[in-house]
Amino acid sequence: MPHLWDSLAAADIITAHEALEGPMLPILHAMQEYFGCIPEEAIRLIAARLNLTRAEVHGVVSFYHDFRRAPAGRHVLKLCRAEACQSMGSEANAAHLLHRLGLGWGETTPDGRLTVEAVYCLGLCACAPNAMLDGEVHGRLDAGALESLAMEVL
Amino acid sequence: MRVFIPRDAAALAVGADRVAAAILSEAQARGVALEIIRTGSRGMFWLEPLVEVETPAGRMGYGAVGVRDVPGLFDADFPNGGWHEKSTGLVEKIPFFAKQDRLTFARCGVIDPLDLDAYRALGGYDGLARALQLGAAQTVAEVKASGLRGRGGAGFPTGIKWETVRTAVAAQKYVVCNADEGDSGTFADRMLMEGDPFTLIEGMTIAAIAVGAARGYIYVRSEYPHAIRTMNGAIAIARRAGLLGRAVMGSAHDFELEVRTGAGAYVCGEETALLESLEGKRGQVRAKPPIPALVGLFGKPTVVNNLVSFATIPFILEKGAAAYADYGMGRSRGTMPVQIAGNVKHGGLFEVAFGITLGELVNEIGGGSATGRPVRAVQAGGPLGAYFPPALFDTPYDYEAFAARDGLIGHGGLVVFDDHVDMAKMARFAMAFCAHESCGKCTPCRVGSTRGVEVLDKIVAGDDAEENIALVKDLCETMKFGSLCALGGFTPYPVLSALHHFPEDFAPAAIPAAAQ
Ligand SMILES: Cc1cc2nc3c(=O)[nH]c(=O)nc-3n(C[C@H](O)[C@H](O)[C@H](O)COP(=O)(O)O)c2cc1C
Ligand code: SF4
Ligand code: FES
Ligand code: FES
Repeated sequence: MPHLWDSLAAADIITAHEALEGPMLPILHAMQEYFGCIPEEAIRLIAARLNLTRAEVHGVVSFYHDFRRAPAGRHVLKLCRAEACQSMGSEANAAHLLHRLGLGWGETTPDGRLTVEAVYCLGLCACAPNAMLDGEVHGRLDAGALESLAMEVL
Repeated sequence: MRVFIPRDAAALAVGADRVAAAILSEAQARGVALEIIRTGSRGMFWLEPLVEVETPAGRMGYGAVGVRDVPGLFDADFPNGGWHEKSTGLVEKIPFFAKQDRLTFARCGVIDPLDLDAYRALGGYDGLARALQLGAAQTVAEVKASGLRGRGGAGFPTGIKWETVRTAVAAQKYVVCNADEGDSGTFADRMLMEGDPFTLIEGMTIAAIAVGAARGYIYVRSEYPHAIRTMNGAIAIARRAGLLGRAVMGSAHDFELEVRTGAGAYVCGEETALLESLEGKRGQVRAKPPIPALVGLFGKPTVVNNLVSFATIPFILEKGAAAYADYGMGRSRGTMPVQIAGNVKHGGLFEVAFGITLGELVNEIGGGSATGRPVRAVQAGGPLGAYFPPALFDTPYDYEAFAARDGLIGHGGLVVFDDHVDMAKMARFAMAFCAHESCGKCTPCRVGSTRGVEVLDKIVAGDDAEENIALVKDLCETMKFGSLCALGGFTPYPVLSALHHFPEDFAPAAIPAAAQ
């Protein structure tokens, strides 16, 4: 579970990385790992510690698809939508699953258990269609296998 | 008895961990003594999980093993290579494997990726030893003579890039490995990091010493958590063994190497956007010149190479430039790890000398489509690469031959589609992907791609198709010539090739059929 905002923990995260060359991305990854997203308070703190404006930090956070401004659901299912997975029917499988869950891309079930997101290639393209559930990879996912996978966490 | 089971992410995705656990517990239950060694993948993904056992004749394989096959495997005495319906015979005799020229990927799938002794036993670090003997200038000369061209997409001669950095005068220089591997249909970088990470470390170390850099970064996309873990593990082991850090291999050279994780931006594979990202900024493309070789990371001279380019260096230094340049055709020397993916029967990594035809790769090596339906199109070179129809399958795999057909080899990906593919949809996807991933720096890419999606939607809706097709073509010309980098500049290739080779999919009459 992600932690609630804690400025001391956030300061520690910055301290742990600030000696790196180009510490920004490592700090943002570590923040998101800990807080489940990049909270506004984190942006303020990073700006102050790295001698940047808040707008600059905002600019970085908003540029990258990985960084969230609010935590995701308890589980995150990333479905690959790139070409190799498309060639094996990923789009129809995804549409079917999203329909069953009543979700659009990037949305979370009302109980907060599952967020379904798009990803563009997981590098598993020879056993498509593919997905990643909470960092674990899954291949050869026909519509049925995909649905069972989602049901594991619902 | 030694049993080898991959821990490559694609093998894990199809159950390799579950199979390994089942084999272990079945062995315990039956009192069979065996040692399980987790390796990278051989790259024959239709056979994953591929379980191998050591026999006097060589390693025997059992392909696409499921947990429920495990008791039967023991009944068949598989630890001694006994026959079972999942037997593949000797792994290195499987035609897909036997037909390859495994130079860069020679150890991948063979050894435990974190076993430094196993790496050294198979020639590992002989390349660095030779580079240290040769000295910087001769090392670069060797890379030049090998004819190696960058495997990230642009195909620029690696030795020339190194020479520029080597002769640049600066107190600090960098080597940066581009492991952003965003192209759909590609996984060579991932496989190597997970299967033979010391090869990359050795290649980067040779580069660093040759150009006079003391620090290096490997920029890995965040979609590759397994690769990141293996790479970090290997770096720690190399450092403890004196192969990274101070006085590398007892030489006068220091080299620090670190993995950095991307954050889900395709454009950060573009080398200058990657450098911006490493510096902690938005991943926006820089105008060139200045080239990164002179003004790169933090403004310092920097070698940026694709992972496969670096990973090929140890072979070149160990065996000599001529041994590498002996492979290939024309100005495409050496081998390419071609990645055959998508709707294909035998998908995987096929390292081969340049010159093989596209048709051989798709039909003979790949075995045609996975669905058994006719192959209709192959996208070569990732999302910025052209779609080839079977009529062009005689194209030899060669940088210039592909370019002559408005295509590109890119990072070596091939994505196969059967006759269910709707090429208008794929053209739309290419534009939409460009719009999604555009760094926003220039108008033709940022605005043109969004506009391209709208116009393609109109075409598919049968709205003034002829006029709108002309409009898409115009838009493509603007993007080709007005974009700062190849994201905007090459997105027209998949779009125009789809329009050119598959015009029937853009005709209003085709819509009902394609929608079915
Ligand atoms: C949009 C875009 C994405 C790219 N993605 C990658 C990538 O993921 N990996 C890579 O090695 N090169 C990628 N490139 C090419 C790099 O800019 C650069 O040419 C390459 O890293 C140089 O290394 P090489 O000479 O060894 O190929 C990309 C280029 C563009 C325009
Ligand atoms: S072509 Fe696109 S991605 Fe490349 S610099 Fe221009 S806006 Fe950025
Ligand atoms: S395209 Fe889906 S994993 Fe590569
Ligand atoms: S470089 Fe900015 S519009 Fe083309």
